[in-house]
Amino acid sequence: MANISISDVRKSYGKDEVVHGVNLEIANGEFIVILGPSGCGKSTLLRMIAGLESISAGQIAIAGTVVNDLEPRERGCAMVFQNYALYPHMTVAENIGYALKVSGMAKAERLEKVRVVAASVGLSEFLDRRPGQLSGGQRQRVAMARAIIREPRVFLFDEPLSNLDAKLRVQMRHEIRRIHNRIKATSVFVTHDQQEGMTLADRLVVMNKGNIEQVGTPEEIYHSPASVYVGGFIGSPAMNFLSGQIVAGGVMLANGGKIPLPQALAVAHNGSLAQIGLRPEELTLVPAGKGAFDATFEFSEELGPSRLYHFQFEDLTLSVLSADKPPVEQGKPMGIRVEAGSVHLFAADTGKRLRAREAVAQPELVV
Amino acid sequence: MIERTPILNIVTHLILLSGLILMIFPMYLVLVAASLDLKDVSAIPPKMFPGDQLWVNMGVAWEKAKFGEKFLNTFIVAFGVVVGKIVLACITAFGIVFFDHRLRMPIFWAVFITLMLPLEVRIVPTYAVAANALQPFQVFMDVTGLTWAINAVTGIEVALEWNLLNSYTGLIMPLVATATGTFLYRQFFLTIPDELVEAAKMDGAGPVRFLREILVPLSVTNIAALATIMFVYSWNQYLWPLLVITDQSYGMVAVELGRLVPKITSTGGEVAKWNIAMAGTLIVMVPPILVVIFMQRWFVRGLINTDK
Repeated sequence: MANISISDVRKSYGKDEVVHGVNLEIANGEFIVILGPSGCGKSTLLRMIAGLESISAGQIAIAGTVVNDLEPRERGCAMVFQNYALYPHMTVAENIGYALKVSGMAKAERLEKVRVVAASVGLSEFLDRRPGQLSGGQRQRVAMARAIIREPRVFLFDEPLSNLDAKLRVQMRHEIRRIHNRIKATSVFVTHDQQEGMTLADRLVVMNKGNIEQVGTPEEIYHSPASVYVGGFIGSPAMNFLSGQIVAGGVMLANGGKIPLPQALAVAHNGSLAQIGLRPEELTLVPAGKGAFDATFEFSEELGPSRLYHFQFEDLTLSVLSADKPPVEQGKPMGIRVEAGSVHLFAADTGKRLRAREAVAQPELVV
Repeated sequence: MIERTPILNIVTHLILLSGLILMIFPMYLVLVAASLDLKDVSAIPPKMFPGDQLWVNMGVAWEKAKFGEKFLNTFIVAFGVVVGKIVLACITAFGIVFFDHRLRMPIFWAVFITLMLPLEVRIVPTYAVAANALQPFQVFMDVTGLTWAINAVTGIEVALEWNLLNSYTGLIMPLVATATGTFLYRQFFLTIPDELVEAAKMDGAGPVRFLREILVPLSVTNIAALATIMFVYSWNQYLWPLLVITDQSYGMVAVELGRLVPKITSTGGEVAKWNIAMAGTLIVMVPPILVVIFMQRWFVRGLINTDK
């Protein structure tokens, strides 16, 4: 078991820098999910931990040992790949036991361990099959078993579920969580699927364009996204964004609507231009004129327990999630009520979250 | 373009059939000639139906060309060439595909260009090398003055010599390098997903282990295809053995077969025993045909690469 310490790690291919100075401390036994769109450098970071990519600058330490110059096999990491990467010519048992074979473990002992590990992921009946004869989920299990059997200090997952269908994905997600609870190895899981990230992570790392945008528990990230980017990336349906100017008691929108803000927040940033993030599930529909602003109803989507209502507001589209059935009519305006506490406020220029306590640092802004 | 009309079917079958006849008919003539006695084989017009002398003629040919010994020689050489080619091509392609170094493309092209330099083109220099395999080193030492220096210091006259003429080594070595084989392996290795390589790395397998336990088992069909082609190729070698072998006891079948064929220049006494020559041809053809028949299943899979 080990903690991982990543300090100012960079990766460049020639002149192209793809990871720009990442700092991250991962505690022993923690389940970290690195979340980001494709090309954000998350896989590169994972592969640098694994030793499959060289580290251009900075350093990575596992359990206190700097591993920059160590071969993958010396780092004590096991990895589960997106395409499973099973050896097609070996049986399931041989696949699972290959690392032990390489390390020179005696055959009898090896087979016994393979049997135990295979049983723990429900593969006992398939030990003599070849990967080609297995379904996607079973292959994924083999890949997991292959990682587990080495009793690694660190588990690395490179989008392991993205080749599975939706139902299986959820099932395997639970399985991964269960395995983690059992063996408690430090795990780093890379994905672009926010649902996977939110549900699996002890702490979530949101990456964008080679930088870490925010690190926090899924709850923190959902409830107080550090930037417009994180706000827009996390949460489904996606956050609505509006822009306006902060005045006393709220944010003035361009068309005259006013969105309420908590007093301290409004005071702290009075006069500055801001972007407002509103989660669809935190908005309420009211009759026209009764809300913070009015928007024109376009269409709704049935989600089962609730419906997603889409509105046109100025040149923006806006969505509201509602469990009850408000009297909407296509082309007609509806009022949208916003609770002051649910508003996410971001600076218009930097996109960073604006917080009330900055008021202490900048008292001159108070009117 | 899969179209099925009766007319098209007939036309395509006719084309295929004429191709088949074109290929089979000469072989049939060989068979016929091999089974006739001397009088019938020289008859005009030539006989079109087999006689009953096949086994007799084959026996005579076997004795006359000392095929027992030559078959053994040819098997040794063909085996050596096939194994050498498979191993060398595999290692070369491994180095070109899986190691990221500056020379990988230059080496690949250097290997590839040798496709344009078959043995027939470079036969004179190759012969010179075979006559003294250390000649290039000697030249290098002479040019750089090393020979002179050694002579001056120790008083020893350096004259390197390693004669490969009239030996199995001499027969096998110049035929071992294979651009075709390297290319075949390379194309296959390129289809191996990176993740598989990385998984092996994570499992702790070094390059040699990866080659031996993962790449080679995965390329068995390729190896089979290559072995088949190369066995036929080396079995049929004529020019090179003719050149380097003057000692009959190292002779290979294709060359010895040539000795059964009546010479046009021999105007005196010799009778043109075509029946014996053709019987010899039949004997010589057997091993490659057997190899192709046995390996056919693997051979096709290896070339079209569908076994994944």
